[in-house]
Amino acid sequence: MTASTKEKRFQALVLPHLDSAFNLARWLTRSPQEAEDIVQEAYLRAFKFFDSFHGEDGRVWLLGIVRNTFYSWYQRNKTQAQSTVFDEELHSIAAEISAATQYADNNPEALLIQKNSQRQLHRALEALSVEFREVIVMRELEDLSYKQIAGIVGIPIGTVMSRLGRGRKQLAEILASTNRDA
Amino acid sequence: MEHKEAIELLPAYLDKELGISDAMAVERHLSSCSECQREFAEQSSVSAQLKKNAAYFEAPPHLAQRIKMSLPSDRSYSSPFKGWHFNWLNAGAVMVTLLAIVWSGGLYLTLPSAQDRLMEELISSHVRSLQVNHLSDVISSDRHTVKPWFNGKLNFSPPVIDLATQGFPLVGGRLDYLDGRTVPVLIYRHNQHPINLYVWPSTDKDTAPQVLGRQGYHLIRWAMSGMDYWAVSDLATNELDFFVGTLRSQL
Repeated sequence: MTASTKEKRFQALVLPHLDSAFNLARWLTRSPQEAEDIVQEAYLRAFKFFDSFHGEDGRVWLLGIVRNTFYSWYQRNKTQAQSTVFDEELHSIAAEISAATQYADNNPEALLIQKNSQRQLHRALEALSVEFREVIVMRELEDLSYKQIAGIVGIPIGTVMSRLGRGRKQLAEILASTNRDA
Repeated sequence: MEHKEAIELLPAYLDKELGISDAMAVERHLSSCSECQREFAEQSSVSAQLKKNAAYFEAPPHLAQRIKMSLPSDRSYSSPFKGWHFNWLNAGAVMVTLLAIVWSGGLYLTLPSAQDRLMEELISSHVRSLQVNHLSDVISSDRHTVKPWFNGKLNFSPPVIDLATQGFPLVGGRLDYLDGRTVPVLIYRHNQHPINLYVWPSTDKDTAPQVLGRQGYHLIRWAMSGMDYWAVSDLATNELDFFVGTLRSQL
């Protein structure tokens, strides 16, 4: 495979999944800047190891690399990531959500309720521990199959199922408690 | 299906990831178990909320650019290969040079046979021209018609001379493909015998007419003013020689 063929194949098969890569990285890191860094590093790795890509689903292959890149980063930054970044990030969420929901209908009351529930859901999902968060993002936002998730995370399909069940249950509990507080 | 197994399979049942028999077994159990129904409702509700309301973060526009810039660029990545191309070019140039040396050496050794090949071609062309009215592409005894006909078909202008008064009327012209190039042919006639006169530019020094014969045909070749001339006919040698002499006196 010549350099230019490799580049063309890479551009055709891997580059189009940038949004998926960013979305997963953004939910894993909970930070837009770190998500960008991780996605960029993941793409460099993907290009480097592109010869080991044998025509399977490019998105699934890339998401596996994004996840691995995140975990290497996560191991390095574990202590500070857990202590400081988290609360700071939550304040930027409202702005992001309002940007994401400009399409919502014009009824102000409905809009407010929708925004509130989005904000709550967002916080609940970010509060979830990462092993539950990742399978939920891959299933509910990326619409991946259990088999694909199992391949990316490196766990049995049964574990994907139980993590999804427990993750959703925890989310329901967090949402219920915030509703009680409100 | 046991309750414990059914409640464990609920997420997969919700996500439609179960096989048909497991799905039916869960469904049967679900219809009669209130705890599983509550659990299923909760899972469904959270899943629906996530699908509807969870933010999907699209990559910022500058990120794609940033990634493309950071990937090993065309130039830096392929430069070793470009080096290879140059090496191959060099190797190729050496090969071509060697071939040229061998070939030109060979030319000296095989000059007669190269000329033999050309004679073969000329005779074939001459014979072909006698078949099925393929003698001329432009039929005219007027050199002012024949000469312009070659314009745009050749990158040189062959001399077109009518020798009707000397008994060799010009009857037309055509283009032939000889020795790897397009060659104009002037057709003369003498007592119903056609004469094909082939002309092409040459770097040879002027040479006197040389008479050659093969397969009952006669050929006369000469070089003059940077042109190679070959006259081919079944005319007797002396008649063809006379034609060539007359033509040369007018060139």
